[in-house]
Amino acid sequence: MNRQSDTDITMGKTNLKVFSKTLQALAEKDKDVIALTSDSRGSGKLVPFSEKFPDQLVEIGIAEQNLVGVSAGLASCGKKVFAVSPACFLTTCALEQIKNDVAYADNPVKLIGISAGVSYGALGSTHHSLHDFAALRAVHNMTIVAPADNFESQKSIELASEYNHPVYIRFGKKPMPLLHHQNMEFTFGKSIKLKDGNDLAIIATGECIYPAYEASLILEREKGIKMRVISMHTIKPLDQEMIFASARECSGILTIEEHSVYGGLGEACASMLLENGLYIPFKIMGIPDEYTITGSQTEIFNHYGISPDGITQEALKLLKIK
Amino acid sequence: MDRNKLMTLAELKIKSVEYRKKILYYIKKANAGHMGGSLSCVDILNVLYNSVLHVSPDIIENPDRDRYVQSKGHSVEALYVVLADRGFFPESELEKLCRYDSHFVGHPTRKVNGIEHNTGALGHGLSVSVGIALAAKMDQRVYKVYTLLGDGEMTEGSNWEAALSASHYKLDNLIAIVDYNQLQITGLTREVCNTDPLEDKFEAFGWHVEYINGHDLEEMNLAFHAIPLSKEKPTCFIAHTVKGKGISFMENDIRWHHGVPDDASYQQAMEELEKELKLLITQN
Repeated sequence: MNRQSDTDITMGKTNLKVFSKTLQALAEKDKDVIALTSDSRGSGKLVPFSEKFPDQLVEIGIAEQNLVGVSAGLASCGKKVFAVSPACFLTTCALEQIKNDVAYADNPVKLIGISAGVSYGALGSTHHSLHDFAALRAVHNMTIVAPADNFESQKSIELASEYNHPVYIRFGKKPMPLLHHQNMEFTFGKSIKLKDGNDLAIIATGECIYPAYEASLILEREKGIKMRVISMHTIKPLDQEMIFASARECSGILTIEEHSVYGGLGEACASMLLENGLYIPFKIMGIPDEYTITGSQTEIFNHYGISPDGITQEALKLLKIK
Repeated sequence: MDRNKLMTLAELKIKSVEYRKKILYYIKKANAGHMGGSLSCVDILNVLYNSVLHVSPDIIENPDRDRYVQSKGHSVEALYVVLADRGFFPESELEKLCRYDSHFVGHPTRKVNGIEHNTGALGHGLSVSVGIALAAKMDQRVYKVYTLLGDGEMTEGSNWEAALSASHYKLDNLIAIVDYNQLQITGLTREVCNTDPLEDKFEAFGWHVEYINGHDLEEMNLAFHAIPLSKEKPTCFIAHTVKGKGISFMENDIRWHHGVPDDASYQQAMEELEKELKLLITQN
């Protein structure tokens, strides 16, 4: 736990920029760090990388299947490969390559899904990735990470670079508040408690953390409700210890994700709880199974209640407080 | 490949028949497998593993070894018998082919010593091979990457994505061999979805293309040792082959794509191969 109030929260960069900066720092030290792009170096903020390390960037063109296959081949030869492509295309178009060439063959490719979730907003559902957690959760040997802020982004990339198995990391494109202190421990599969409390636990991931955190402050200020806010940056493997502790110590659990309500963080938590006999009030917030409303990421979030106000309302409902 | 520089053409020919016998034996034993495709590509594998590839069990971890990626993973039985013969694992392991808890499944996996990549879903091997070839260029290594493609799998669009990047990155250390037996599970490849002329397509994608006879061990041996045929271009060999080659009633018959012979057919097939083997030994 590392926050007590919102007064010390400052705005950071986009997680994508942090990804790019971190990758540059890694590439500088290690010539085996390679980035592959599918005509996506601009949207992946990798133009400076490509200029500084032209021999460490492989442009594949708009061919996501080949992007992942080539990445697998390079990784099998010891390269630390970051395959960078919009999350929507990477995890659908190249799903078979991810499943077979990366996960099944255990090639330690770092799959970087950029502009994930509904980051592309009004570009429409072709450009949204609301399925990626669900699709990749069912692929054996895949770690799935959705960093919430700049700190989690930097640590994820540094960790992934030395990780000897496949990992998928998704980033949004909006500047994110600096939620965590820089000296915290960060490990895949170990969540971070952002705020403590026992009335209700919010387990959120990626860019949903900040509105969840804001909601917790409103509830505390206005209703005296103490929320526990958990950044569940790793969707797989899930932090079982934290989820169980929250179920035992809190009156309910609210999960929030920038993903379909089907097959993502919420359902993963729910099945883990039920299978272990932990029955508590539970609600999954995310994007419902419908034709997604048109709008910016923020407008889509607001429409589906992924906002301080929307989360506050859901929390009160779950606690049966009017 | 020092050990096999000494292997004569006559010895290679004997190997081919022995491999066919083993493919037949193990598929019959497992009651599963791909006879037709394994018989059509086994001569190619024979030449590669016994005369061309710089790879052996003692250097399988060596970053400078040549790589072989079998994109047409379903013909894994041919690969298994060749790898066993080259000492990558005891041949007795093949008794467990497709058995419960065995690593010897119906498509290649890296759980088996000597296998470089997991394949089976078609249209994957060429991209992975591009990555391996690219790594060699980055590290100034001189190894070559050979990948075996089925002609039926050439309808997979991912192959052409890979073909583009292979020429874009001037990967003259990459060799694709198309097992051009002109049959796939449904029927004639040109009738299922015509990919002919493959030569023109690969050339248009920037490759050097040659036709070879995929059952002529001497011709293949010479061709594979002449690589690269064009500087800065990947090479594609379109290998004319016969599906089911070497067993008369299996040749050019799609029923043997993954058909398993009954006892009588097995007996007949084994007798044919034994006869062929005796003849070769006598000639030798």
